[in-house]
Amino acid sequence: MDLYASQLGHKALNDKIRESNEDIVIESCFGERFIGSGVSGDNTITINGTPGNALGAYLDGPTVIVNGNAQDSVGDTMNNGKIIINGSAGDALGYAMRGGKIFVKGDAGYRTGIHMKEYQDKRPVIVIGGRVGSFLGEYLAGGLIIVLGLENDHFPAGYFAGTGMHGGEIFLRTDKHPENMPEQVIVSEATAEDMAGISDIIGEYADTFGFNMEEILGKTFYKLAPNAKNPYRQLYTEN
Amino acid sequence: MPVNYLYPEYEIVRNYDRCIVCRACERQCANEAHEYLEDKNKMVCDDAKCVNCHRCVSLCPTRALKIVKSDHTFKENGNWTKKIINEVYKQAGSGGVLLSSMGNPEHYPVYFDKILLNASQVTNPPIDPLREPMETKVFLGAKPAKIERDENGKLKRNTPPHLTLSMPIMFSAMSYGSISYNAHESLARAAKELGILYNTGEGGLHEDFAQYGENTIVQVASGRFGVHTTYLNTGAAVEIKMGQGAKPGIGGHLPGTKIVGDVSKTRMIPEGSDSISPAPHHDIYSIEDLRQLVYSLKEATAYTKPVIVKIAAVHNISAIASGIARSGADIISIDGFRGGTGAAPTRIRDNVGIPIELALASVDKRLRDEGIRDNVSIVVGGSIRSSADIVKAVALGADCVYIGTSALLAIGCHLCRSCQTGKCNWGIATQREDLVKRLNPNIGYKRLVNLMTAWQHEIKEMMGGMGINSIESLRGNRLMLRGVGLNEKELEILGINHAGE
Repeated sequence: MDLYASQLGHKALNDKIRESNEDIVIESCFGERFIGSGVSGDNTITINGTPGNALGAYLDGPTVIVNGNAQDSVGDTMNNGKIIINGSAGDALGYAMRGGKIFVKGDAGYRTGIHMKEYQDKRPVIVIGGRVGSFLGEYLAGGLIIVLGLENDHFPAGYFAGTGMHGGEIFLRTDKHPENMPEQVIVSEATAEDMAGISDIIGEYADTFGFNMEEILGKTFYKLAPNAKNPYRQLYTEN
Repeated sequence: MPVNYLYPEYEIVRNYDRCIVCRACERQCANEAHEYLEDKNKMVCDDAKCVNCHRCVSLCPTRALKIVKSDHTFKENGNWTKKIINEVYKQAGSGGVLLSSMGNPEHYPVYFDKILLNASQVTNPPIDPLREPMETKVFLGAKPAKIERDENGKLKRNTPPHLTLSMPIMFSAMSYGSISYNAHESLARAAKELGILYNTGEGGLHEDFAQYGENTIVQVASGRFGVHTTYLNTGAAVEIKMGQGAKPGIGGHLPGTKIVGDVSKTRMIPEGSDSISPAPHHDIYSIEDLRQLVYSLKEATAYTKPVIVKIAAVHNISAIASGIARSGADIISIDGFRGGTGAAPTRIRDNVGIPIELALASVDKRLRDEGIRDNVSIVVGGSIRSSADIVKAVALGADCVYIGTSALLAIGCHLCRSCQTGKCNWGIATQREDLVKRLNPNIGYKRLVNLMTAWQHEIKEMMGGMGINSIESLRGNRLMLRGVGLNEKELEILGINHAGE
């Protein structure tokens, strides 16, 4: 089914997406918001253009492919499915995400992967090819975030990565040892075992965008994990 | 051993002439205040462990027990009260942040108690609800600004989604985790029988309660626990929690020790994992961002459910509410500074926020002045204690109220304000199986139905006295209110005259 986003507006567009179980191609997308919000199923939604904020919020199964950039709040509270962005994404990507995968070829903005969590067989995954802004993975409770920094040698994350982290893992591909990390975070160079744990995901990511897997793995990865000795909670006194 | 500066707040008084050493008190007390001395065949107690919840008093078959406030005293001081001195001792001993529960207990003015209702005399006679129909039904949601017709002159049915309630009362958000399964069952069943709604709070929805979906408000808060498409579509409305009256400006934290069994399942996080709701929603920094969340929820529910935005009553409440009324939200819920909680830092609970009466009056006026009052319905909570408070709140402009503490009192809460310990002897604010069993949902739900039915009747009687036969005609009807002992500024904010005027 082909839909022309700019003729429909977000409400009519989403009505059609919700009603359909077949694969959908959305043409001439110019910032229409909420595409695929709360949609379940196992179909593929391809977007040619630039979808607006809250793409794939609460997404529960479908694969969303964006041929272009995406804006803010991609995959907010996403439960299942896959979002592939052949470009860069805005702020607050994957907020409170519980399951599924988000692959971004380019950069992502501030507050990527805040408060992601995992549950039973659900383990959310975000892989960013470029760099991300500050506040990456704050309050992280579960899941996996990988930032590859493929474009250049700059440190791939901004300030305050992992503040309040109490679960999950963040991997940064960089030659520079992460400095000034919040006290809730333990930094270590990824071990062979760590790398074995993420190699499938990196392979899937490389295949998706046609990157060379060897080249990706040819650089140091640092792992950020929660410091269990320094929990987020403060000490309380009953009163 | 360090010296303990704290003297017990209460004394457990046992009448040994009546005590038959049945040890019921010992079995009932999760705080282990009572102990049996085998060699003496005698019950003794440790006052320091008593939280004054009355469980042992109520269950003692011979009425041998009572709890009294200790008259042990410091040197009298109008400034350094016993409470303040003890709090300093507690923090000096532990280095911890003071943690309390239930609503602000301090002596701030209660405006509801300084407002009196009108009644008809001679002209415009009162109405007797026993012999004449009285309408307490309310509809919550945005009201269309104008009637639209199609080309054939037929009415376009374009009313936004609404909640229909038999009376202007809903049970406010209390999560599964903060309160027990049996407490939730009591609330859900009562809501269904009464034709009103209860609220899941930020703890997800237990699968057993999906059957009460039409009477359920599902909450979405900053931690998004248990939020997924099915959850959103099971409820009758979705509430975005921005703030809570008991702890405006801060988030929530359910420790990993309470994330066990079904609580872990409904929150959809692993057992033992801390459940942290950050203070802000990290994707909402503006009204535009809020609008985005409102509409993403509307999209996820195909525009079939009203979206509620809940905020705490704080200083600039009317400006905030004006923004929310323009965000696409259908209902604004405002929680006053007296609102309850399962746990909040004492200093926040007791010092942050404003009274709901002033917040409500000021929001209602602002929205009317701006011509956007019909964009939203207003629900208020934060200590609605009786049907009279409800009638006054409606006359100050509310469409409906949320009750939390009164509902818990109905199912056995004794306001001992120890919810944060997780050892609620009444089976409400606990997940301990042996304690949860003490709350029988068959009785709990019935007591809620009783309370609400009684309040509904009282609301009708008060309305009838004013000569009003529909709650809609009472809404915002400030002529029915008079203040007593209020200064001019207070009267101005409330929009009411002083008694005698």
